[in-house]
Amino acid sequence: MNTLFSLFLFFIGLPVVLMVALHWFRRQRSMRNRIEFGFKCFLILCACIAIFTTIGIVLSVLFEAIRFFQIVPLTDFLFGLEWSPQTAIRADQVGSSGAFGAVPLFTGTFLITLIAMVIAVPLGLLSAIYLSEYASSKVRAIGKPVLEILAGIPTVVYGFFAALTVAPLIRNHASGFGFDVASESALAAGLVMGIMILPFISSLSDDVINAVPQALRDGSLGLGATHSETIKRVVLPAAFPGIVGSILLAISRAIGETMIVVMAAGLAANLTANPFHSVTTVTVQIVTLLVGDQEFDSPKTLAAFALGITLFVITLVLNVIALKVVKKYKEQYD
Amino acid sequence: MNVESTIKRTIAGRYRKERRFQQMGMISMVIGMMFLLWLLVTIVQDATSALRQTLVAVDISLDEDNFDQPINKASIKSASFGKMIKKSLRKDFPDVKKRKDKKQLYKIVSNGAEYAIRDSIIESPELIGTTHRFWVFADDEIDMLMKGLIDRNIEEGNRRVSDKTISWVDELVAEGRVETRFNWTFFTSGDSRDPELSGIWGAMKGSIFTILITMLLALPIGVAAAVYLQEFAPKNRFTDLIEVNINNLAAVPSIIFGLLGLAILINYFGLPRSVPMVGGMVLALMTLPTVIISSRTALAAVPPSIREAALGVGASRVQMILHHVLPLAAPGILTGSIISLARALGETAPLLVIGMVAFIVDIPTGPDSPSTVLPVQIYLWADSPERAFVERTSAAILVLLIVLVSINGLTAMLRNKVERRW
Amino acid sequence: MSFKENQEYQTVGNAFSDDPMITCRNVDVFYADKQAIFDVSLDIAKNEVLAMIGPSGCGKSTFLRCLNRMNDTIDICRVSGEITLHNENIHSRETDVVYLRARVGMVFQKPNPFPKSVYENVAYGPRLHGLAETKSDLNEIVESSLRRAGLWKEVKDRLEQAGTGLSGGQQQRLCIARAIAIQPEVILMDEPCSALDPIATSVIEELIDELKQQYSICIVTHSMQQAARVSQRTAYFHLGKLIEIGLTDDIFTHPVHELTEGYITGRFG
Repeated sequence: MNTLFSLFLFFIGLPVVLMVALHWFRRQRSMRNRIEFGFKCFLILCACIAIFTTIGIVLSVLFEAIRFFQIVPLTDFLFGLEWSPQTAIRADQVGSSGAFGAVPLFTGTFLITLIAMVIAVPLGLLSAIYLSEYASSKVRAIGKPVLEILAGIPTVVYGFFAALTVAPLIRNHASGFGFDVASESALAAGLVMGIMILPFISSLSDDVINAVPQALRDGSLGLGATHSETIKRVVLPAAFPGIVGSILLAISRAIGETMIVVMAAGLAANLTANPFHSVTTVTVQIVTLLVGDQEFDSPKTLAAFALGITLFVITLVLNVIALKVVKKYKEQYD
Repeated sequence: MNVESTIKRTIAGRYRKERRFQQMGMISMVIGMMFLLWLLVTIVQDATSALRQTLVAVDISLDEDNFDQPINKASIKSASFGKMIKKSLRKDFPDVKKRKDKKQLYKIVSNGAEYAIRDSIIESPELIGTTHRFWVFADDEIDMLMKGLIDRNIEEGNRRVSDKTISWVDELVAEGRVETRFNWTFFTSGDSRDPELSGIWGAMKGSIFTILITMLLALPIGVAAAVYLQEFAPKNRFTDLIEVNINNLAAVPSIIFGLLGLAILINYFGLPRSVPMVGGMVLALMTLPTVIISSRTALAAVPPSIREAALGVGASRVQMILHHVLPLAAPGILTGSIISLARALGETAPLLVIGMVAFIVDIPTGPDSPSTVLPVQIYLWADSPERAFVERTSAAILVLLIVLVSINGLTAMLRNKVERRW
Repeated sequence: MSFKENQEYQTVGNAFSDDPMITCRNVDVFYADKQAIFDVSLDIAKNEVLAMIGPSGCGKSTFLRCLNRMNDTIDICRVSGEITLHNENIHSRETDVVYLRARVGMVFQKPNPFPKSVYENVAYGPRLHGLAETKSDLNEIVESSLRRAGLWKEVKDRLEQAGTGLSGGQQQRLCIARAIAIQPEVILMDEPCSALDPIATSVIEELIDELKQQYSICIVTHSMQQAARVSQRTAYFHLGKLIEIGLTDDIFTHPVHELTEGYITGRFG
């Protein structure tokens, strides 16, 4: 299928494109026009690379995912409760083990994302409000760059910190209270991910809050509202759609985040909602399945692509909605 | 009319709420700051010990009968310096008799010691025939012990170093045969299974090659795409499609780009795994959307009057862009692109998928030789069980953070210096 | 027509009233180092409409915003001199700015209804200050405020619709209803009709005429005709200085200061 496609591309598609381009090229009168026409073609080609990338992602990941679903039925993948890809390595067991149920991965991803958002949304929103509405210019001059540094730290650093510092801390403290805590608890990964997302939410909502016109604030203050009453009753409701958009973008980011969970969350696909237990996520499994030697005909490798297309679709839907909401919101106050 | 009294009655409570709200905001911000501080302090604390390295002095008797005759480079290379080191250690501790104990004794010096001695003999073969004192790396466990990172006071069974080893090391210390020196190895060598021999130079070079490829691809393509979209593109559905596409690509999880690279570049086009070239291509695709977006912002900031002036004196659109718009937008394009490249420099996940996670000892020589990158090296070391890799991981993180901070700092300076306000 | 910026000056006309609501004495306003208002003294009497006119940038809006301390929201703005409301200095430490603004309402240049329903817009102030104990109290306040703002008939069937969906003139009357819902003593209006068409403007002007029975009103306007129509007294500002003040009829028929005369006869503006 792949070779057929490329044959088509090289022997039919390419000459057609070249001939059309040549035709247009000949129609340009002067040499300068011809050069400029070539220049413009180059620009268009570069702009199209964005499209090619998307098509590339969809096609490549989709092709492998389709091959996976020929071995493991889609319903088993989407609704199966058990995930243990390693058992399916042996050839005689391919597809028959039924161990490609991705539900525990989805719940694990959801649990960690939830913990991250519980931390990041209030902290991010409140610090954005504080920085843009209350802080003196001196505090702002320190606070904003500090949050930007937090956003610029590579995720592998957060992962290291989560695994080596935060997780043992939680484990020691929580077992003091009689909780049974796994060394790779969802809580540790979620907590650190929350801190990673915090500056993302705070800078996005900062933009959104600043887009609320000063006239609305003046209207509220002029009626004798206190500053916090103005923020809570006028600014935040007015900024609500924009804030929802930012939160959706942040969720998409948390779902797609890889390094923190690879290093701090577990590998075992447990179906649990207990934040002290170990869970695994979609991204962790993609990495685990693909690190090491890959055979492109074993369902173990192909499963990674099935997970990849799921991840792509979910984050794409979230992004499309979020970008639309934010765009509409910004237009409202332009 | 009781308006006055009503307002006055409730006003104290309203101000309390006001203060509480403000405090909550401040606390949230402080939590973020404290976390950053905690992270940095922990990493700097762990990292500082990696800057020093423990060395042990061994007196090696370089008798000629240890070497094949005639003595030349080849025979030095084939000589067994490991045996000589063991012999020297046995001489220093004649009481050690049991085989198991001897094994422990040999483990005081690093596995790399024999090669270090070999290299210095190759350099100065006149030492052959004498007994010479060599300073060689101690094993990582001894290094940890000397740095106080292994606690002598806990029970022997829970400790990585036995009581016997400790007593030998103490003896060596008493003889002045243990020293700590600045850890050059960490900055000059590649990865190793032995922590005391491992360094970040290999990963650094891998990072440099990778980011160079990323820059060479993402910068021209990104700027060209931005110029087309900002200056030429007609307002139609196709342009809209490209725009929506770019905005969404900017938010696609990075690991998906790894899958793309694996499926198309490696599996389909048959490019090699684990090389900076492929890594750079994948990262270029990943950074392209952000480069395009920031370049478009820079282009849009050039005022239309400049364009009109250029067109007004008879320049073509291409001339107007190349002669006027691009030079004026260059600082903005550059700063925006550098910031996205800095992000790519810290990226790990897509590179894991395309196999840049392999264990590679050799220092890469070009974008086509297998290598790893700094963030992946951090991931690999963080996964290693040896205690000594913790300090090295922290030190590698510190190096990465310093690189990123200086790139961002330089960019900020550049921006302040050349930024034009219209 | 020479008038130097830093020259000492004397306000022409009687700036004071026997029964003042607000008194201003020697008010100076600075934005960072730049002085925007120079030594202005005047009174605003009970149940009168005072119009403030003058060329753009003359500081009349800045001065208006001092009267309920809206200038507090601008960091670099500093006010000196004495402004009292009922003989209470509004810039003193003891004066509570929330309470002050509840008593001195404000209507802004551009209608700024909150992105909430018509009902919620009017109920906002009473809810903040706890003026209504029951739902029916609140309904009553909303209805009477809308009635007094002359908007009730137009919106009574769509109280739940967004306030931002009304026409410009309706929005501005909604903002007036919102301001009078908390029964202030003074209403400050900052060019309330500048964004409106002539018909909406005349509705608002009639409204101002009615409101003066209950409130003191201070209105900044660009339009001399409007000042002549709605106000009893007029103050003319020029480059941050109060040049002339007096009965509106006098100012428009026999301006004393040459600057006032120049402005009114349209020689500059």
